[in-house]
Amino acid sequence: MKITDGLVLDHLTIFKGAKRLVALSAHVKKGEVLTLMAPSGAGKSTALAAIVGALDPFFRQHGKIFLDGQDITDLPIHERHVGILLQDDLLFPHMSVAANLAFAMPNSGQSKGERHRLIEQTLEEVDMPLHANADPATLSGGERARVALVRCLLAEPKALLLDEPFSALDQDLRATLRLKVFELTKARALPVIMVTHEHADALAAGGEVISLMGQALDISKT
Amino acid sequence: MSKTRRSPIAAAPIVLISLLVLPVAAGLWATMSPVLRPISGQDQGAFMSLWSWNGLWPAIRLSLVTGLAATLIGLAMTTALFALFQGHRIFRVFLRLVAPFLAVPHATAALALTFILAPSGWIMRGVVTLFNALGIPISQTPPDFITINDPGGLALIFGLVIKEVPFLVLMCVAAWPQCDAPRRRLVASALGYGRITGFWLTIWPVLYPQLRLPIFAVLAYSMTTVDMAMILGPSLPPSLAVQISKWITLPEPLYQGMAAAAAVVQLTLVAATLLVWRFLELMGRAISRAQFQSGIRGLSLDGPIKFFGLVFGLVGFGVLIFGLLALGIWSIAGFWPYPDVLPQTYTPRVWAEAQSGVIKATQNTVILALLSTVPAVFLVLAVLQSEFLGKRTYRIQRIIYVPLLVPQITFLPGLYQLTLTAGISGQTLTVAFAHFIFVLPYVALTMGPAFRAWDIRYAMVASAMGASRKKIFWQVRLPMLLCPILISSAVGIATSVAQFLPSQLIGAGRIETLTTEAVALTSGGNRRLIGTYGLVQSLFPAIVFGLALWVPTLTYRNRRTLRAPK
Repeated sequence: MKITDGLVLDHLTIFKGAKRLVALSAHVKKGEVLTLMAPSGAGKSTALAAIVGALDPFFRQHGKIFLDGQDITDLPIHERHVGILLQDDLLFPHMSVAANLAFAMPNSGQSKGERHRLIEQTLEEVDMPLHANADPATLSGGERARVALVRCLLAEPKALLLDEPFSALDQDLRATLRLKVFELTKARALPVIMVTHEHADALAAGGEVISLMGQALDISKT
Repeated sequence: MSKTRRSPIAAAPIVLISLLVLPVAAGLWATMSPVLRPISGQDQGAFMSLWSWNGLWPAIRLSLVTGLAATLIGLAMTTALFALFQGHRIFRVFLRLVAPFLAVPHATAALALTFILAPSGWIMRGVVTLFNALGIPISQTPPDFITINDPGGLALIFGLVIKEVPFLVLMCVAAWPQCDAPRRRLVASALGYGRITGFWLTIWPVLYPQLRLPIFAVLAYSMTTVDMAMILGPSLPPSLAVQISKWITLPEPLYQGMAAAAAVVQLTLVAATLLVWRFLELMGRAISRAQFQSGIRGLSLDGPIKFFGLVFGLVGFGVLIFGLLALGIWSIAGFWPYPDVLPQTYTPRVWAEAQSGVIKATQNTVILALLSTVPAVFLVLAVLQSEFLGKRTYRIQRIIYVPLLVPQITFLPGLYQLTLTAGISGQTLTVAFAHFIFVLPYVALTMGPAFRAWDIRYAMVASAMGASRKKIFWQVRLPMLLCPILISSAVGIATSVAQFLPSQLIGAGRIETLTTEAVALTSGGNRRLIGTYGLVQSLFPAIVFGLALWVPTLTYRNRRTLRAPK
C-alpha cells in the first residue's frame, strides 16, 4: 500500500493469547473522522493503544501503521506524532493551565513571549481567556476537557485518537465539546480515529463507522 | 511496537538486591564462622560452653514469649482497629497519628515507658499522691516490686506492642485498597454478620497474605531486639540477643565462640518460630473454613472487643504520650522528690551541661541519616522506574525483607569483623552503609505503593505529546509524587535515627548518636540526662515528619490536588 496522505492501518491485528481482539484495515484521510464502535470491553482502547504506541507487551500485534506515508509501526510513542485524548482529562495537577499547555508545545526556537502568546491565543480559541494561571483542580469538567483538547493539539500531532472523550460529560457539554473537537481537527486537517459506543458521537463525526473487526456499520438503522 | 532501550537504571534492581543481600549473607557467615568452620576441637567447645551457661533456657524462653506475645497482641489490636473503625471519623484521626508514632525511635519509646511504669515512675507517684490526698495510709518510698525489667518480659512486650502497632497499621493501609474491603463489609453486614466476624470471614483471607512478611519482620524483630530489651527487659539473665551483644564485646576467645554459637541458636530459633507461625496460619484457616459453614453471625463479639480494644489502645498511647512528656519534664527538673507528681523546681542546668554532647550526637545522627536515606531514596526510585519501563515487577517487594527478617544480632557482629579486616571499621561512611541496609527496606515499603498507584495514562498522554521518558520522569512523575517521596524519606530518616546496633557495633563505639547515647545512659540511671537525650531523639524525627508534610503545602499552595497526602 502506497499512500502519502493521512493515517493508514494496514491489516492491523491484535491478539490476546490465541484470541483475535482487533482486525482493522482503514485509510483515514486528512480532516476525516473514522469511528470505531464496539460494546464496552471489546478491545477499543487496545486498538488505540496499538496506534499510539502504548500497547502492553502482553498483547501480540501484526500489521503496519503509516502516518503521512511514514511507517510508524515500530517507533516509540514520543516519536509518532499521534495525539490521544481520553475520557479523563489527565491534566497534570502540579502545573498551571499554561504550564500544561507549554509542556505539550514542541520547542521550535520561539521566545518565551511568543510561546506565551500562542498559549493565550489557543485558550481564546476554546473560550477560556484569562485561565492561563489557573490551577486545573479549580476548573469545571467542561473547562478541563477543553484544556485537555488544546493541550493535545498544541503538541502538533499529525493524527488524533479519541478514546470516548465525551463520555464523562453531561449531555449539553457533550454536544458543544464534540462540535469544538471536530471544528478544530478539521481546521488542522487531522486524520481522526474515534472509539465510542454512543450513536450521537458517531453521527456528529460524519465519517465512516466500522466495528473492531473492520465491518462497516450502518448506524442510521440502530 | 516500541523497543525498550537499555538504560543504566535497568541495572538498579540488581544493585539493590546485591546491596541488601550480600552484606547480610557475608555478615551471617562471618558471625557464625567460628563455630561452623571445622578447624579445631574448639568449635564444639563453644556450643558446650553455651549449653552449660545456665541463662540459656531463660534467654530462649524470653525470646520466644516476647516475640510471639508482642506480635499476636500487636496484630490483634491492629486488625481490631481496622475491623471496627475503618471508615469511621476516629479512624482518620488515628491514621494521622501513625506516622509521628512510627517516627519515635524504639529506644525513646522504651525510655518513655520506664518513666511511667518504674516503681518511682509517674503511675506510682500519682497513686501515692491520690492516696495521700484521700488520707489513706501508703508507703512514702517507691515500692520494691518489679515493674520494668521483669523476668517474664511483660514490660518488654508492652513496649514492643506500642512500637509495632503503628508499623502494622501502615502495612494494613498499604494492603487495604487491594482487599475490596468496603463492599465486602457491606455484603457481610447486610447478611447480618457482626463487624469482627464479617471482617474475619471476608476481608482477612485477602488481607493476611499481604501482611505475612511485615508480620514476620515484626516477629523476628520482637524476638531479637537489643536496645528495647536492654531498657525494658530483664537483666540477669538478659534476653539471648542482649547476651550476644555483651559477649561479642569481650576479647576472650571463649566468649567470642559462645557469641557465635548463640547467634546460630538465635537464628535457628527465629526460623523455627516463623515455621510455627505458618502452622498457626494453617490452623486459623481451618477454623475460618469451619466457621463459614456454621453461619454464626457473631454480633455479640463486637461490643466487648470494641471495649477492650479501646481500653488497651488508649492505655498504650496514653503511656507513650505521657512518657514522652515525662522525658521532657525530667530534662528540666530541679529538685523532684518521690512521690511528688511534678518537680518542685525547674532548671536548664542539665541542658547546659549536656549541650556539647547533645550537639555532637545530633550532628552524627543527622549526617548518618542523610548519608543513608538520600542514596536509598534515589536507588528505590531507580528500581521502581526500571520496573515501570521494563513493564515487569521484580521480586523486590520480597527481597527487601531480608534485612528485616534476619536478626541484626546474627549478622552485624560478623559484618563488624569484616569491616575490621577491611580496615574501614568505625568510619562514618561504613556506619552510614550499615544504616542504609535497614533504611532501604522501609523507604521501598513506603514508596512502592504510591509509585505503583500512579496513573500511567499520564505517562502515555505525555509521551503522545512528544515528551521523552526522562522529561516525563522529572517533570511529571516526580513532582506528582512529591508527597509520598518526602514521607518515605522521613520514614527513612526516622529508621536511621532509631538504629542502635548498627551505630554501636559497626561504629566500634566511636560514633556517638542520639540513640547510642540514650541507651548507654540507661545503665547510669541519671534521669535528667536520659530525659534530655530521649527528648532530642524523639523531636528530631518529629521535625523531619513535620517538614515532609509542610513542604508540599508550600510548594503546591496553588495546586489543590497535591497539597497533602490523601
